[in-house]
Amino acid sequence: MFKFILQRVLSMILVILIVASATFFMMRLLPSGPFSREKKLPAQIIKNLEARYHLDDPLWKQYVDYMGNLLRFNLGPSFKYTDRTVNNIINDGFPVSAILGVVAVILAVGIGIPLGIWGALKQNGWQDNLVMFIALLGVSVPNFIMAVLLMFIFALGLHLVPAAGWGSVRQVILPAFTLAGYPIAFIARLVRSSMLEVLRQEYITTARAKGLSERLVIFRHALRNILIPVVTVLGPLIAAVFTGSFVVEKIFAIPGLGRYYVTSINDRDYTVILGVTIFYSALLVFMNFLVDLTYAWLDPRIRYVERKVS
Amino acid sequence: MRKALSLVLIAVFLVSFFGGVSVVPSVKAAVAQEVTYNLGTEPATIDPAVSQGIPEANVMLQTFDGLTRLDNKNMPQPAIAKSWTISKDRKTYIFTLRDAFWTNGTPVTAYDFEYAWKRALSPELAAVYAYQLYYIYGGEAFNTSIKVGSKYYVQAVDAKGNPLTKKEGGKDVPVADLKKEIDPSKNVGVKALTAKTLKVYLQSPTAYFLNLTAFPTLMPVCKAVVSTNDKWAADLTNYVTNGPFKLTQWSHNDKMTFVKNPTYWDKNAVKLTKITYLMVTDESTALSMFQSGQMDVGSTVPLSELPKLVASGDAQILPYLGTYYYQMNVTKKPFNDVRVRKALNLAIDRKAIVTSITKGGQVPALAYVPNGIADAAAGSDFRTVGGTFYKDDDIATAKALLAQAGYPNGKGFPTFTLLFNTSNAHQSIAEAIQQMWKKNLGITCTLKVEEWGVYLDDRNNLNYQVARAGWIGDYMDPNTFLDMWLTNGGNNGTGWSNKTYDALIAKAKATVDPKARMATLHAAEKILMTEYPIIPIYFYTNPVLITKHVKNFYQSTLGFVDWKNAYMG
Repeated sequence: MFKFILQRVLSMILVILIVASATFFMMRLLPSGPFSREKKLPAQIIKNLEARYHLDDPLWKQYVDYMGNLLRFNLGPSFKYTDRTVNNIINDGFPVSAILGVVAVILAVGIGIPLGIWGALKQNGWQDNLVMFIALLGVSVPNFIMAVLLMFIFALGLHLVPAAGWGSVRQVILPAFTLAGYPIAFIARLVRSSMLEVLRQEYITTARAKGLSERLVIFRHALRNILIPVVTVLGPLIAAVFTGSFVVEKIFAIPGLGRYYVTSINDRDYTVILGVTIFYSALLVFMNFLVDLTYAWLDPRIRYVERKVS
Repeated sequence: MRKALSLVLIAVFLVSFFGGVSVVPSVKAAVAQEVTYNLGTEPATIDPAVSQGIPEANVMLQTFDGLTRLDNKNMPQPAIAKSWTISKDRKTYIFTLRDAFWTNGTPVTAYDFEYAWKRALSPELAAVYAYQLYYIYGGEAFNTSIKVGSKYYVQAVDAKGNPLTKKEGGKDVPVADLKKEIDPSKNVGVKALTAKTLKVYLQSPTAYFLNLTAFPTLMPVCKAVVSTNDKWAADLTNYVTNGPFKLTQWSHNDKMTFVKNPTYWDKNAVKLTKITYLMVTDESTALSMFQSGQMDVGSTVPLSELPKLVASGDAQILPYLGTYYYQMNVTKKPFNDVRVRKALNLAIDRKAIVTSITKGGQVPALAYVPNGIADAAAGSDFRTVGGTFYKDDDIATAKALLAQAGYPNGKGFPTFTLLFNTSNAHQSIAEAIQQMWKKNLGITCTLKVEEWGVYLDDRNNLNYQVARAGWIGDYMDPNTFLDMWLTNGGNNGTGWSNKTYDALIAKAKATVDPKARMATLHAAEKILMTEYPIIPIYFYTNPVLITKHVKNFYQSTLGFVDWKNAYMG
């Protein structure tokens, strides 16, 4: 087990370094730079700026410096937000996105799994059709439409919650549901189809044959098995949802991290582009790692024992 | 193990959920002197020297007070300077400062101004708007100097006058001319004579200088604080200011809170006790928040809703000093022919564009310099005095010109591309103009949409035929629109060059008499509007959402909001 973890950690670090390097060089291939404006700056002012941020150094040197700082967890200053560092930006934005993400994931799991089970148990009944309809809707309605629709109904129409903004628990509800829309639908479909498959397995027949109640059959024997595909998608999903969404944050005016994936590229704010990309990929590989560990817990057949040399 | 893990996870969740969210009541009493404004975007900085745009200026104008401050007619009035004298050649200004205080209780002195301006000009600070201080004698030379140790030098040049650089550690480093030192204490034209007297010496007479002293880059900073802490504007603990309001909270990308500054010299004129800035980028969301009472004034309005909102009194269309135009690459055929350029210009129906596409009360541009800039005579407007240069939608003349250029009814006219950056508004306008040119002149263009950075790159490198552009004034003088078209000017992305034009701009710069100066600028605009390197389309406007309770709201034609005299009624 320990050896497995060590191997995984080393490969995770390698993946992050590769992502960082690839982003570093690809980003520089983009035309124009952080100091391009519609009102073009005088050449000398651009020179001053480049000197200040060491952008006049040869690219290899900038790369070496950046990687050196990265190993010390220093992501550098933002070019656009003059007085802030990328570490500041992530420290401020991530907790906000993560709170929203936690609620969204709870909604996704808490609604998606029961919906899926319900649909599977009533296969081809109206309940099943309803579940599939909701799932279809959730998968196909883009989140910006969902966001506006929710805001229109619950904030402007029914006045149940504020339209947008951040700072109170009530302001979490609409964006969390918007963010959870797709995952709810996705998980419901996934659970339904794997449930259908599991219910046909012989051990379920055995369980039923030995006279167990349907509830025990479902929750003790079937549920654990359908959780494996759910956990598989949950890893990347958590990483994506926790680091924020540009659309949801823009529409609901939420000060999260998601906006920077788009604005930093528009601004050519190199250090922010790199910082948020590295942060996201680190979270992603870490979540996948957790997923692998959870498999072992869920399914006794998957255990990370050292292979014995025969 | 399992139980422990789930407990830890639950604990982490609870802490992040309840610890991270501070519950702030958003309801406020109707009569309170408190206002909520949507700034629209996170300001990039709160340090006036490196301030670069409207969101930043909208913070600076509340937290700082310059030598002058603009009144609601955009005219400079005494602020920290209580009076001034101007020399006959209009190059030397002596400002007398009033008794005013920083928020830390120390007095605002002329030394603070001298320090602030030299700091903004210093090459190592790399301030984007340093050029707003190039009017000061020696300002540009200092900003472009090379620092060696703690001293500044002029960049050395070779025999041909080209600046010298050398390779050092793989990069080009400018070579300093060690015989030509620039000593900012002597060679830059700003000096505190006493704590209350500031002497400013300008490079050339600058008619709009007192307007510039109200601009964020020229705001003072507290020397004692800033010179000892270069991170002073990184958070609010060391943010010492001297304006009508104090910034007390900045939650990034979310909100800012200002309260009335009790140490402000003119505090009796300030009625608002609290201003809250929100940073809502999405226009529809901002409108929803406005309609549900979450904000009183908003800087963004969805244009599709604007006519309705104006009619109901929830929105106002304010003037904005800017021109939306198309520019042509005059170095390439067929746009090297002035007749072609003029034909393209005349074959556009601007009125249709502003009434059925932009719908924001924009004014069809029949010249380049927009309305809203004072001319020499009191109360007159540069645009009104200058008049218009052509008729809108003048198809007959356009056709005749195109025929003269050798393309009767557009026959033989090469297909060209019209470049613009990704935006629905630009797209709609480009499609309309594409249609007009097709219908009126029989010429075909294809539309090319590019991401912002790519577009700027192509535009700056003359890698286009016709391109969208826009220009917002930096100060309230025609010069901010006209000096950009100098031969090889940094913002003249057309390749256009005219010796007489260059001479007129230079002459205006050196002219002291306001009447003669304005006449020169009118003559320059006339050349621009005879040669047509550009096609002016409309003059911008600045629509705002605003409730009827907000009185005395002032937004300058540069788009800067000043809350000093506003109140809730």
